[in-house]
Amino acid sequence: MAPPIPPQSRGGEPAAPPVLRLRGAGVRVGGRTLWSGVDLAVAPGEFTAILGPNGVGKSTLLKAVLGLRPLALGSVTVLGGAPGTAGRRVGYLPQRRSFDPGLRIRGRDIVRMGLDGDRWGVPLPLPSRFGARRRAEAVRVQEVIDLVGATGYADRPIGQCSGGEQQRLLIAQALCRKPELLLLDEPLDSLDLPNQAAVAALIGRICREEGVAVVMVAHDVNPILGHLDRVIYLAEGGAATGTPAEVITSATLTRLYGTPVEVLRTSDGRLVVVGGPEAPALHSDRHDTAAGPRTPAGAPRATGTPEAPAPERTRRAAR
Amino acid sequence: MPLADAGLTAWSWNPLTDIQVMWSYPFMVNAFRAGAVIAVLSAAVGWFVVLRRQTFAAHTLAVVGFPGASGAVLVGVASGYGYFAFCLAAAVVIAMLPGAGQGHGEESALIGTVQAFLLACGFLFVALYKGFLGGVDALLFGSFLGIGDGQVVLLAVVAVVVLAVLAAVGRPLLFASVDPSVAAARALPVRALSVVFLVLLGAATAEASQITGSLLVFALLVMPPATAQLLSPRAAVSLPLGMLIGLAVTWLGLTAAYYSPYPVGFFVTTFAFAAYVLARAARTAATAFGARGPRPGTGATGGTPHAVEEAAA
Repeated sequence: MAPPIPPQSRGGEPAAPPVLRLRGAGVRVGGRTLWSGVDLAVAPGEFTAILGPNGVGKSTLLKAVLGLRPLALGSVTVLGGAPGTAGRRVGYLPQRRSFDPGLRIRGRDIVRMGLDGDRWGVPLPLPSRFGARRRAEAVRVQEVIDLVGATGYADRPIGQCSGGEQQRLLIAQALCRKPELLLLDEPLDSLDLPNQAAVAALIGRICREEGVAVVMVAHDVNPILGHLDRVIYLAEGGAATGTPAEVITSATLTRLYGTPVEVLRTSDGRLVVVGGPEAPALHSDRHDTAAGPRTPAGAPRATGTPEAPAPERTRRAAR
Repeated sequence: MPLADAGLTAWSWNPLTDIQVMWSYPFMVNAFRAGAVIAVLSAAVGWFVVLRRQTFAAHTLAVVGFPGASGAVLVGVASGYGYFAFCLAAAVVIAMLPGAGQGHGEESALIGTVQAFLLACGFLFVALYKGFLGGVDALLFGSFLGIGDGQVVLLAVVAVVVLAVLAAVGRPLLFASVDPSVAAARALPVRALSVVFLVLLGAATAEASQITGSLLVFALLVMPPATAQLLSPRAAVSLPLGMLIGLAVTWLGLTAAYYSPYPVGFFVTTFAFAAYVLARAARTAATAFGARGPRPGTGATGGTPHAVEEAAA
C-alpha cells in the first residue's frame, strides 16, 4: 500500500473551498444551550472527529449538518448550500445497533440500497439503456465492496456477518453515490478492538484516497487519533475546534470544561487524558490492549478517556 | 369439507383423470383460481411481513376479519366483503395509533384488548345466525367451498391493485424496512410507507383468510416467504420463490382436501409447515457440510486483506 498522502491542510486554512463550514453554530433544546460557538471549515479529504461527554449533543451536530435540526445560533453551509439541499453529495451513517441475526438479506443488497434504495417503481428487466445503467450500478456496488474489503462476505446474509463486517458494508452503502461529505455517527461503537483499529484505518484511507471529507462522532478518540486532521470538542454551552494537538491539551480542555483536566504525554509520544475523579478505569484498560501492532508507527495515541470530565460534574462547573 | 363421504369422488391413482374429475366441478376450478391469486399475493406481501417482523400485526388483522365475515353472513352478504371491510378498516386504525411504524403501536395492550372483543363479537354473530352449516369452522380454519365467479374476479382485482402498489413502493419499502434510520435520512417517508404497507397487509390478510380461515392465515402469509428467505438471501430469488411455494402448497392442499374427508386449512398449513421444516433442515445440513470444508473468501473477523494491510502500514 502506498504511504498515505498527507492532508492538504493539516492545521492551516484549507486551500480548496470548504465542504462544510460552521460559523458560530449553536443548538438549543428546550431553552438550554447544548453547545455553541462551533467554528469550523472542513476541506475535501479531511477527517474531523466530534468529541465530548455523553449527552452533550454530538449527534445533534450531525443532524444540524444534515438539515434535520435547525441551528439556534450561527450558520452552517454544506457544499456551498443550505444543509439538507446537497442530496446525494452527502453520505450518512447513523448510530445503530447491529442487524437482527435472522435478517436474510445479502450484504450486497444492503449496499445496493445506497444506490437505488430510494428509487420508486419496479426495476424492470428492460434491454438497452436500462440494461447499461444496471450494469454500471452493479459495477459501482462491487467497487465500494472492494474498497471496504468486504468482498469475502458481501454475499452472505447480513444478519450472519460480524459487527465489524456489518459496519464495513454500511460504510460501503454510504459511499455508493460518491459523496463528497460523509457523516458517521459512532461507527466504532460496539466493535471489538482489532475491528475498531481496522475500521478507523479504513475511514482514514477513504479520506485520503477518495478525497471524501469525513465528519465522525466518536466517544473514544484513541482508535482514530492517528488519522485525524481536526477535532471538535463539545461541552455544555461551548466548544473547541482545531487540530488534535491544539485541542487535546490540558489548557484547552480545562478552560472548556471548567474543571481540571490534564493531558499527559508518555515517553513514547502517546497522550493520556486525566480528567475528574470519575474517569472510568475501564477505558484505560481497553487502550492498553489496543496499543498493539496495529498502531500506525509514530502516530500519537491517547490512552486516557476523552470523556474525562463526567457530564454531571461538567454541568455543575459550568453554572 | 367431507366431500369424499358423499361418494362424490375417489382417488384413482391416475393424476390426469383425477385432475380432470376435480376440475369438472366449477366450484373446484374457482377454488384453484382463487387459491392461485391468494397464494401469490400473500407471498409477496408476506415477504415484507417477515422482513419487517410484523407477524403480530398480520395476526391481529386476521382475527379482526372474523367478526367481519360472520357479520357479513348475518346481514346476508358474502363473507368475502366482510373480510375486506374489517381487515382494511383495522389496518387503517392500527396505522393511526401512536407509535405505529416504530414497531410498538401494533403490539400495545389496546390492540390485544380490542382483538379479543372483536373475536367474541364474531362468535356472537355466528350464534345469532342460526342456519350456519359448520360456519365457525369454515370462517376460522378455512374452506374452499362457495367461491363464486364474482368473488374470484374481486380477489383478482384487489390482488392486482395491491401488487401494483407494492411494486411501485417496493424498493423504498425494503429500504425503510431494513434500515429505517438511513432511509429517513435519505428523505424517504418512512412513516407513510409503513401506513401504506399496513393497508396492503390488510388486503392480503383478507384474501388469505378466505382460503385458510382467520386463524391459519400464516400458512400463506408467513410460512412460504419465510421458507423462501431461508433458502436464499437474494431478494430477487426469495420473492418469486415464496410465491411459487405458496402456490404449490395451496394447490396441493386443495387437491388433498378434495380427495379426503379433512379440511383444506389443515392441508395447506401442513404442506407449508413441511416446506419450512425441510428448508430449515437443508440450511442446517448445508451449514454443517460447509463448516467442515474450507470456505474461501470468508476470512475471520477483522482479518480481511485490507485490515491486515492497513494495520501494517
